[in-house]
Amino acid sequence: MKNKYSIFSLIKNAFSQHENWKQAWGDPKPKREYEAIIIGGGGHGLATAYYLAKKHNMRNIAVLEKGWIGGGNTGRNTTIIRSNYLWDASAGLYDHALKIWENLSQELNYNIMFSQRGVVNLAHNLQDVRDLKRRTHANRLNGIDAVWLNTNQVKEFCPIINTSPDIRYPVLGGTLQRRAGTARHDAVAWGYARGADEMGVDIIQNCEVKGIKRNGDQVEGVETSKGFIKTKKIGVVAAGHSSVIANMAGLKLPLESKPLQALVSEPVKPIIDTVVMSNAVHAYVSQSDKGELVIGAGTDAYVSYTQRGSHDVVEGTLKAILELYPIFSRMKMLRQWGGIVDICPDASPIISKTNIKGLYFNCGWGTGGFKATPGSGDLFAHTIANDEPHKLNAAFNLNRFVSGDLVDEHGAAAVAH
Amino acid sequence: MFLINCPYCGERDQSEFSCGGEAHMVRPKQPTELSDDQWAEYLFMRKNIKGVQFERWNHAHGCRKWFNMVRDTSNDKIHAVYKMGEKPPVE
Repeated sequence: MKNKYSIFSLIKNAFSQHENWKQAWGDPKPKREYEAIIIGGGGHGLATAYYLAKKHNMRNIAVLEKGWIGGGNTGRNTTIIRSNYLWDASAGLYDHALKIWENLSQELNYNIMFSQRGVVNLAHNLQDVRDLKRRTHANRLNGIDAVWLNTNQVKEFCPIINTSPDIRYPVLGGTLQRRAGTARHDAVAWGYARGADEMGVDIIQNCEVKGIKRNGDQVEGVETSKGFIKTKKIGVVAAGHSSVIANMAGLKLPLESKPLQALVSEPVKPIIDTVVMSNAVHAYVSQSDKGELVIGAGTDAYVSYTQRGSHDVVEGTLKAILELYPIFSRMKMLRQWGGIVDICPDASPIISKTNIKGLYFNCGWGTGGFKATPGSGDLFAHTIANDEPHKLNAAFNLNRFVSGDLVDEHGAAAVAH
Repeated sequence: MFLINCPYCGERDQSEFSCGGEAHMVRPKQPTELSDDQWAEYLFMRKNIKGVQFERWNHAHGCRKWFNMVRDTSNDKIHAVYKMGEKPPVE
């Protein structure tokens, strides 16, 4: 590694007031042709490029990013990582990612601040209790750690939760995945970008894709704001804008793009050392290392690409937060923002070939894609390199909307995505 | 967040309404004769346009009537509202 980060490099650079650190990735001009092009420089796209170079030895590749890397949903999510999904296919996919997360800082030589602080999912009614208990059993059959906590155990694990039976949606228990937690979202994008750049991947920012050139059923290249680039393989990882890219290739996807909001409070001393999610009242909260409460709200119920979201959604979430955590009643919120998420009818992602040769899609992550970043990149790289899905993402093909073999996490798992 | 001019009640807050997705998607007349591909197209595939889109809305917390709307999804500007059964406006 040409510029390995370590305690020694830190000390060495301290002598020059940290002014001589090398750039972590370059700013190359696009070449005329690449072996493969990844559209979208978020976590998933950069991870895809990283694994294409590392595991499949494809070094002549580029990542095209419309804005700056990690500036989309990678920098807008609430950084929650977990793998306690109900169905076998989802469990396989998300736990594959979680296993990579566990060693990712070492692998990338970049501190992604992965913190396995546990994730609690609360149950507020009897059906929640039944669904979540079923999910813990399913998780354990798939080798994923999960325990059921009763109301008192929830209170013990996270003392600031209001477990009074008198509230509108009382806490009847919850599940806990101890291996779950959070990571620093920006660092994930930056770490993958640095790793990919080092293996020769061109990361081209401020380069918007304007069109996809096809010759019959084979892709030939992409039209961009920096000119035409030739390639035989295109991997699209454009999140909320996946349908926009698909339309360029004359393809329709089963996606709807909606704003999903999050907000952070003023920084305070440590008060919550885990992540608590509640699907029924749609509120989840954790605390960042800076001390801000990181709160996730819901999506707007209509298609929009505006990256802001409605006020009533935030209002609803904060109502629930205040009932569950009365201690936060005088906290001030500092920032609120929206990201455009691409939602699939079955709330599961698509990591798939298409009927156009050389065109691959990794999309439909909806409201919960961050947790899967390393696994998604790894499996998508496999799919692009071999023109065949890996067995872990075989179920997440586009054809499932024709065959009816959906991975229906939406209704069945009681998960707040 | 925006205001919607309900064709029956007038201007109200968007939170009173629910969106019913893309408009003018006609239910297949002969469902038994549809192939799996055609069903997938009708049930799941969406244009999901960034730009001017035709959609159905329901004034759920008001008159509860359905109507159509032309909205730019890139900035949430509403170009037109028209009743069910009426011809969509030509831009």
